Order: sequence, then structure tokens, then C-alpha cells
Amino acid sequence: MDAPETPTDGLNIVVCIKQVPDSAQIRVHPVTNTIMRQGVPTIINPYDLFALEEAMRLRDQYGGQVTVLCMGPPMAEDALRRALGLGADKAVLITDRRFAGSDTLATSFALATALTRLGADHPVDIVFTGKQTIDGDTAQVGPGIASRLELNQLTYVSAIDTLDQGKGEIVVRRRAEGGVQVLKSKLPCLITMLEGSNEIRRGSVADMLRAARAELTVWSAEEAGVEDVMMCGLRGSPTVVKRVFAPSARDEQAEMVTVEGKQPAQIGDAIIDLIFAAQPKLEADLSAALN
Amino acid sequence: MAAQPPNKKPAGRAGMKKELPEKFRSYKHVWVFVELERGKVHPVSWELMGEGRKLADKLGVDLAGVVLGPKSDETRQAIKETYHYGADVCYICEDPALADYRNEPYTRALTDLVNTHQPEIMLLGATTLGRDLAGSVATTLKTGLTADSTELDVDDEKSLAATRPTFGGTLLCTIHTLNFRPQMATVRPRVMAMPEPDRSRSGRMVWHSLKMDEADIVTKVLEYVADATTDDANLAYADIVVAGGMGLRVPENFRLVTRLADVLGGEYGCSRPVVQKGWLPADRQIGQTGNTIRPRLYIAAGISGAIQHRVGVEGADLIVAINTDPAAKIFEFAHMGVVADALTVLPALADAFERRLGRRAMAS
Repeated sequence: MDAPETPTDGLNIVVCIKQVPDSAQIRVHPVTNTIMRQGVPTIINPYDLFALEEAMRLRDQYGGQVTVLCMGPPMAEDALRRALGLGADKAVLITDRRFAGSDTLATSFALATALTRLGADHPVDIVFTGKQTIDGDTAQVGPGIASRLELNQLTYVSAIDTLDQGKGEIVVRRRAEGGVQVLKSKLPCLITMLEGSNEIRRGSVADMLRAARAELTVWSAEEAGVEDVMMCGLRGSPTVVKRVFAPSARDEQAEMVTVEGKQPAQIGDAIIDLIFAAQPKLEADLSAALN
Repeated sequence: MAAQPPNKKPAGRAGMKKELPEKFRSYKHVWVFVELERGKVHPVSWELMGEGRKLADKLGVDLAGVVLGPKSDETRQAIKETYHYGADVCYICEDPALADYRNEPYTRALTDLVNTHQPEIMLLGATTLGRDLAGSVATTLKTGLTADSTELDVDDEKSLAATRPTFGGTLLCTIHTLNFRPQMATVRPRVMAMPEPDRSRSGRMVWHSLKMDEADIVTKVLEYVADATTDDANLAYADIVVAGGMGLRVPENFRLVTRLADVLGGEYGCSRPVVQKGWLPADRQIGQTGNTIRPRLYIAAGISGAIQHRVGVEGADLIVAINTDPAAKIFEFAHMGVVADALTVLPALADAFERRLGRRAMAS
């Protein structure tokens, strides 16, 4: 399938999104310790929505187009259509059985390869991702893409202060430990957006209608530009999951405070007696600290 | 090095050879990245040093700290302390370009050091800095990286076993990097215990020069705006923490949590769904993707105790759980439990503590 047309002027922005199970509804099978996926609705990774909104704001201000890129099973098309309904211009799904089992290194390889193809005619100016996903929580794929494509890496961005298209310069606010860095960098860059940095728009009726009918670009590994499939999926992943398990209960059972027939005040005293019996030093330290 | 004995069991995965490729067999020793930002070492680096020491001793190898920073008294102090917290060796790169954290020069320095000195294991803190850096370095080196590990060990075959929550924190998994080196992992602050420093310890220094000029570095730091310390929730380091979950039913009921925290001079927090509902800001979240805490006393009210929450509180000396559901997971790892409504127990507990400690609650 051909690559979507790229803008001749304005910004060429790509937002990488992931389709994830709605975490509030994940259940673990009590006996087999496997995830019960059936009937669990999928959503766009919530962190990615901040990236998408920021990308669309830049497009609205400076012109250009926003392409959403997703790696996943064919059903991940839903996530891309939702992104189109929110206002993204183009959508690309890279889907291939050989991507299955990718860890973060293999994922960044596949996405970076597709990004290279997307930038073949008109280079990509900015790649956006969410700060992390809610299912993997690694925050590693964004930096992985930046390293592979030698993009200037700007993570945990809470705001884009200025963008000078002529000079190709961008000034952003980046969350650091204990403060905020104001960084000046250059395009092309990769930005991972911090949660809460903007509010995702409601899609217009026109966008939703367009999304429902839009033809998505769907690429296999080869179509995305992958030359060596050994770099993809399980075989391209240096990490190996050896065991998935639920932690066992502590050996000692919790000491339970009985509440039957007690007034709230008595329950309070009973709990405190137990706490101070278990941690004798705590009572003296608390009294000393508070008086 | 001798080849693997033939009687070793193959790895559990088809096509994955257990035997380490020749080029990685010289990789040896455990490294900890010492996170020095704006003159201060992040405490997670010393927590990792304690953990790195255990791994190095099990493997019978050295523990090294990597200190990157400008030439300054603070950098020299960080080097000294790196030995105090357990390192045998320090790999040091001092350069003005390393004064503020930026991905480019830090990735270059750390990648060059790894390629030159070849560690088998490298640990970093899962801070904004550590995650930004680890992701780049692991990709540049094309090796495996396990984020937010909650437990580290070496198996019988001397491979790093990094355990972390998976599937959104509903289960745990143990991850290995079999055929690549170094084996990299990040760990969140407070997950590992802070070791006692031994001020008499010292060690070897290995110097490295950054092969990069300021002119080669694209990204510039225009300004650093320090957070106003007054609003900071010092949750991770609090001695007493009281937290609430969805069992509190409505956001207004969090005043019961904050009142008890105030009475005890502690901090308050919440479970992940509370943040997802927008009832409290993300910096109050306790669990894998929020704060990991190690208080002397943790009181969890109306929290069910999902794995992602459990891994964030297991370092507490004493966990007291209040939940109406006797089958709630939290009772599997709490030390004390009360099967009752948090809305009744929290105020009763605050009143009882006030009586016991002879003090009225701070005005709040």
C-alpha cells in the first residue's frame, strides 16, 4: 500500500499511539493467572491523547498534517479511527504476525522503520508519543525511536513555548526531578508529552464522519520498510519473559481487628493498641514529634 | 571462557540460545549509574548501590558507580560517597557539557563507557532522568532493558532476573536478557532499601573524557525552574502515610484521610483509580506508576490492593488495611486488617490517636 501523501508545506507531524485494554476492566483469572481479555474494551493509551492534542495544536497554528501511526493487531484500526475522529489527518497501521511478542527494542525498531518510510518524500519534523503506556508503563519506546532516527529527544514535555519553523528551532518545558528545564532544541525532534499538559478536543461531526469512511494505510513488515524480519517481534527482542505470576500472600496472615459489637471509639483504640504493640518505638517517637 | 556445560537446560523459548555470544563473554561487573543533578545525588542511586552490592557479591565481581558531571566539589563529593555506599570502582567523566542533564552528552558518555569497560549488569534509577537516559543507551547498545523492576536477583546461570509488574500492574513477570550485554534495568526510588554508608570505604577511579564539544550538542538548557518546595508532597520519604481508595466513594471523603494524616504528622496519598477519576493529582498516587513508599506506618483505607499498589507499599514496616470486603487482596499483604467501612474507622482512628498522643489536630 502506498504511503499517505505528505504535506508540501507546513509541519509533517507523526503521533505514535498504542491501543491498550481499558485498565479499569482487566481481570486476572484466579486459577490460571492469565489475563481475561474477553469483553475488555480497548482504548487509545490515555497518555497518547496528550501527544495527539499537542500535535494537532501545532498543525492548527503552523499548517501541515498530523499522521497517527500504530503498531498492533488488525483490530487496532479502531484506535486509529478514533484518532481520526478527534482530528488527525492520516492514519497508518503496521500489522504483521511477525511483530508479535515485540519488547520495547523491537517495537522501536518497527515504528522507526515505518517513520522512515513516512518521511521518505517530506521529512518528518516532529514525532510525538505519550510519556508511557498504561499497560507496559516502560516509557522506553519514545527514547528508542529517537535514538534510532537520531532525533533530538525531548521527554516529559509539559508545554511547547515557541516553534520557529524558519530556523527549525523549538523551545519546550521538560519535567525534571525537582524542577522544570526550559530547553531549546532543533527539528527534527521526538517529544513525549506529559499527562495533563492539555485537554483533548472533542472531535467535530465532520471528523467523525470522515473517520468512519476513511481508508487507512495498512502495512505489513515489508511494506513498512523492514528488511530484516529477525529484528522484529519475539526474535528481535533481547528481553525474555521467563515467568508471569501473581505474588503469593505473606506467610503470616494479617492480624484482624474484630469490630462486632464495638463502638467506633473502641475500634479506634483497638487498632492503636495493635499498632503500638507491633511498633513499640512508634508511640514514643510520635508523641515526641507532635508535642 | 569455557563453553556452557552440555547438561544445562535450554531456555524455555524456542530459538533462543542460552549460550552467550563470544563477543559478550568478556562483559563483567555490576554498574550503577549515579544520578547527579544540579549538584545533588538522587537517593535512588544509593538505594541501587545497596542492591548492586548484593548482585556483585553473588556473582563474585566488582561493583562500580558511574559519575557524570561538571568538574566541581559536588562531583568530587559524589565520587567519595559512591564508595561509601558500596562501590569498588568509580568511572568518572567530568566535563562542563555535563553540568545540566541533557540526553545527547549523557548518552554519549555512558555508551562509550559501557563499550570500553563492558559491564554485565547496569542499573539506573527510574526517574525522569534515568528513564530518558536508559532508553537511549539501551537502544544505542541494542540490548535489553527492564523498566521499574521491583526485585533483582541473579539465577543459577548468572543471568539477571528482573521482576516487575506487567499487564497494567495486575500480575508480576520475571524478565531476562539472555544473549545481550549489559543486562539493563531501572528501579523506582524507594523500591530498594537505603544501605548504611561506610565512610571508611574508598576505591579505584577510572577517568573518561567526553568526546564531544558544546558546539556539537544541539539541545541547550535556557533555564531551570525549581519547584516551589512548599507544594511538594514528600510522600515517598514520609514516615507515616495514610491513603484512600475508591472505597471512600466520593472525593469529599478524602478530608477523613487528610485529617488522620495531619493528626499523625504524616502524608496522605491514594490509589491509582482515584487519580484516574481526577479526585486527587497524580503526585499523590501510591503504587508502581506513582510513588513507592517505605513508611514506618501505612494506613490504607478503602483500597483493594492490586499488584501495582502492592509493589509500591511493600517496603512499609507496618501496613494497616481497612476494607469492607474480607476477600480484598490488600489483606494478603497487610500486617493488620479491619473489615469495616473506612468512613467510620478513619474518624474513629483520628480521634483515638488524638486522645492517645495528647494533642489536638493541627489546624488545616
